[in-house]
Amino acid sequence: MASIVGEVDNTMQDPRRRAPLVTGQHDAASITRSVASIAEIPVDQTPLGWYVGFGISATITAILGFAVFWLLFNGVGVWGVNNPAGWGFAIINFVFWVGIGHAGTLISAILFLFRQHWRTAINRFAEAMTIFAVICAGLFPGIHIGRVWLAFYLFPIPNQMAMWPNFRSPLLWDVFAVGTYFTVSLLFWYVGLIPDLATLRDRATNKWRKLIYGALAMGWTGSMRHWHRYERAYLILAALATPLVLSVHSVVSFDFAIAQLPGWHTTIFPPYFVAGAIFSGFGMVVTLAVPARQWCGLKHIITLRHLENMNKVILATGSMVGYAYAMEFFIAWYSGNSYEQFAFINRAMGPYAWAYWTMVSCNVISPQLFWFKAIRTSVPAMFIVSIFVNIGMWFERFVIVITSLTQDFLPSSWDYYTPTAFDWLTLLGSFGLFFTLFLLFCRFLPMVAIAEVKAIMPGAHGAHGHGHGDEHAEHAPAMEAAR
Amino acid sequence: MSHASPKTVAVSTEPGALAYYLLEFETPDAIRSAARRVNEAGWTRWDTHTPYPIHGLDATMGVRPTVLPVIVFVCGCLGALTGLALQWWANASDPANFKFIPTFLQGYHFLISGKPYFSLPANIPVIFELTILFSAFGAVFGMLGLNFLPDLYNALFNSRRFARVTDDRFFISLDARDPRFDERKTREFAETLGAAVVEDVRHSPWTAPPQWMVHVGVVASIVALVPLALIARSWTAKSPLPRFHIVQDMDNQERYKAQMENPIFADGRATRLPAEGTVAIGELYEDTHYWYGLVDGKPAETMPERVELNEALMERGRKLFDINCSACHGYDGAAYGAIRVRADAIGNVLAVRSFYERSVMEKSVGHLFNTITNGFQTMPAYGHRVSTEDRWAIVAYVRALQRSRSASVDDLTTEERARLR
Ligand code: HEC
Repeated sequence: MASIVGEVDNTMQDPRRRAPLVTGQHDAASITRSVASIAEIPVDQTPLGWYVGFGISATITAILGFAVFWLLFNGVGVWGVNNPAGWGFAIINFVFWVGIGHAGTLISAILFLFRQHWRTAINRFAEAMTIFAVICAGLFPGIHIGRVWLAFYLFPIPNQMAMWPNFRSPLLWDVFAVGTYFTVSLLFWYVGLIPDLATLRDRATNKWRKLIYGALAMGWTGSMRHWHRYERAYLILAALATPLVLSVHSVVSFDFAIAQLPGWHTTIFPPYFVAGAIFSGFGMVVTLAVPARQWCGLKHIITLRHLENMNKVILATGSMVGYAYAMEFFIAWYSGNSYEQFAFINRAMGPYAWAYWTMVSCNVISPQLFWFKAIRTSVPAMFIVSIFVNIGMWFERFVIVITSLTQDFLPSSWDYYTPTAFDWLTLLGSFGLFFTLFLLFCRFLPMVAIAEVKAIMPGAHGAHGHGHGDEHAEHAPAMEAAR
Repeated sequence: MSHASPKTVAVSTEPGALAYYLLEFETPDAIRSAARRVNEAGWTRWDTHTPYPIHGLDATMGVRPTVLPVIVFVCGCLGALTGLALQWWANASDPANFKFIPTFLQGYHFLISGKPYFSLPANIPVIFELTILFSAFGAVFGMLGLNFLPDLYNALFNSRRFARVTDDRFFISLDARDPRFDERKTREFAETLGAAVVEDVRHSPWTAPPQWMVHVGVVASIVALVPLALIARSWTAKSPLPRFHIVQDMDNQERYKAQMENPIFADGRATRLPAEGTVAIGELYEDTHYWYGLVDGKPAETMPERVELNEALMERGRKLFDINCSACHGYDGAAYGAIRVRADAIGNVLAVRSFYERSVMEKSVGHLFNTITNGFQTMPAYGHRVSTEDRWAIVAYVRALQRSRSASVDDLTTEERARLR
């Protein structure tokens, strides 16, 4: 099987040559080995770093458990929510985490539909990130309702009171949107995992691994008849997930836009939220990918070009977000509505100006550095910018939720919102949960879509069949879609 | 890799019948040309196995397009309809039209800010999400179903060589169930296909699960039935105990409730009495004539000033008398109301007094008022359910009834007398 010879700078922009998606001396077997071996490290050889990371994040998850227990035990009074600001951290964190998830679906579905083959290197763990982020997101609406044991009222469950939810409420749409999003993301992820789980099954030397991966792989034999339906299902799922991901953050934005609060009641919210979600999600993917490729020896699969591409997406979506911020101000002025004008002037100059300017510097200014190729391709620089993006996007939701709620139409009901220690602990704890799940994933599942990467290697589809020569090989769609 | 002399390996040691001939190839090109030949030879029960989908190999094998998109389309339509029907049913249907449906499934008119019950734009998000959800289920479970996955047993896994199918090798399996299959001829055919190796794969014998697994399974199944049995029991059995109060919801708090004993206070009562001389708003009953029918402590002879005698008052008095009093006293006050008649019929005694008895005729209005307010001997009290003003209206009406049976010509005005003449 052919392979690319030697170390290549695959960030070059020469239209006459296709940049290789996998660098170094590699064939199918070595791809299998380099990805699967990470998930196969015996327990006693697990690197110390993993234990340290897992120990820290598991401890933080325990803090989350305590914070939630304390909340349930004492009631929402342990949080900083007050009368004008009834939403507080719970909803900020919810929107933040859902947004993070969106990049995973974008990479796995939208880039798939656009035949962006470079996605194969990062889609697996971006999808995992989606699922874990949605788990973190789903936690918050659940615990913010006060009486958590009545959370089932969110769902249309037949009951002896004949009581149904109000289907015209955006909060209920959220239940359906986020629920569908989680389910479809999970299915998409799992379907993508089946062939790789079969790889782990076939390589397993110990009985338990063989049993567990065998059960999860469901008896996959790589049959071409199966692949045929599998590819079709994968394509359809991608086509379904694409409008779904756009709808999810649109619906999340309806939570705000449908209300009549100044600063919330704007039509720009759905596209602006979607752009922001993708922006924040890519920020998180870079934050995760940089250490993961470093520590797991995946630099030849998640190449610099992959990171650079993601940075370009960050630059594009960051600019969209900046445009939306500017447009909000313009519309507030143009509307001639004094409440709307006040809401925005208050954002930039009011009591939460510190949060507003943190958001602007992180979200609008920092990604602009990616116009420079040197920064775009520098691993430490992009890592720092990605952290800024994460911080900035969290503050964006803080600004939207808090400034509008605390200072609306009636000055007599204004108040300042101050989060308590339990707000912070819950936020921190959600990161612990996220990283715990992520570390478990890195440890036990293939972090890269092995079968998909093999399919985009040069020569993967042979020299004669269908007239695809080696020089065109990367051009052959990873999962031939439009057959 | 040579086309002429593939290595032939020893027959698999696993006992059992021949299941497949398994051909191993090293390159996509090799398997592609072999697959073309197998297809041209007219085989139906055979397959290729590859670590990743090889572009165009399915077409070479003669695989026809899958029906999966149709399944997804049908599921999507079902999802949309479910979303639409669910929302209409839950928020816009009228339970009066569906009396035969049990209550817990009934929908109802859910009124929100006077908006229409059923407004399609507001229903689009849920319809959309359910369309996607059902379609995704159709795609995933449809794909698994059509592929007969999960597959609990496949003889191919008896080949150790086959483990490389998910790594870097390509395989063709010729199924012994194909009508063309012949142990010798098929092997000869397989050896001409350019495979690196041709192996025969045999079925593994059925191995019974270990004994402990059976025990654990039996015990677990029985234990799993216990909660169901308990639920079924409490579903049918009656219990005098109060329900479990799992979630307290601040229902049971440590505090003194009215009528409870409280050792803190000298009188030992939890409920405190108002301080001496306290008058609640609207309860300063200074006008004893009006509130109690008493003037200087004696029953009033006249109607109180605050009660204005007019047609409307009499009409109200009549109405309230008919409601409250006629059951015993009769509509005419002659003490033959429905209850009295019934009591007589079944031999009970209800000594209702007629308003036309002399003793009653002579009573003052203050006394009548007191009778209605507090009752009189066996006559029940009405003060707690008929307002003060209304009680005076009844008094006026009772007086009018009494007058109706004892009026003299002198009571009429001159004009009325003239008309009678
Ligand atoms: C449940 C049957 C019942 C109803 C209803 C009832 N009464 Fe009487 N009432 C009696 C009986 C019995 C007596 C005779 C009491 C006695 O002398 O022991 C009586 C006696 C009276 C007397 C004569 C008592 C006296 O002071 O000498 C008056 C006047 C009277 N009722 C008025 C009313 C009026 C007005 C109402 C409607 C507000 C009313 N009653 C409703 C059963 C009833």
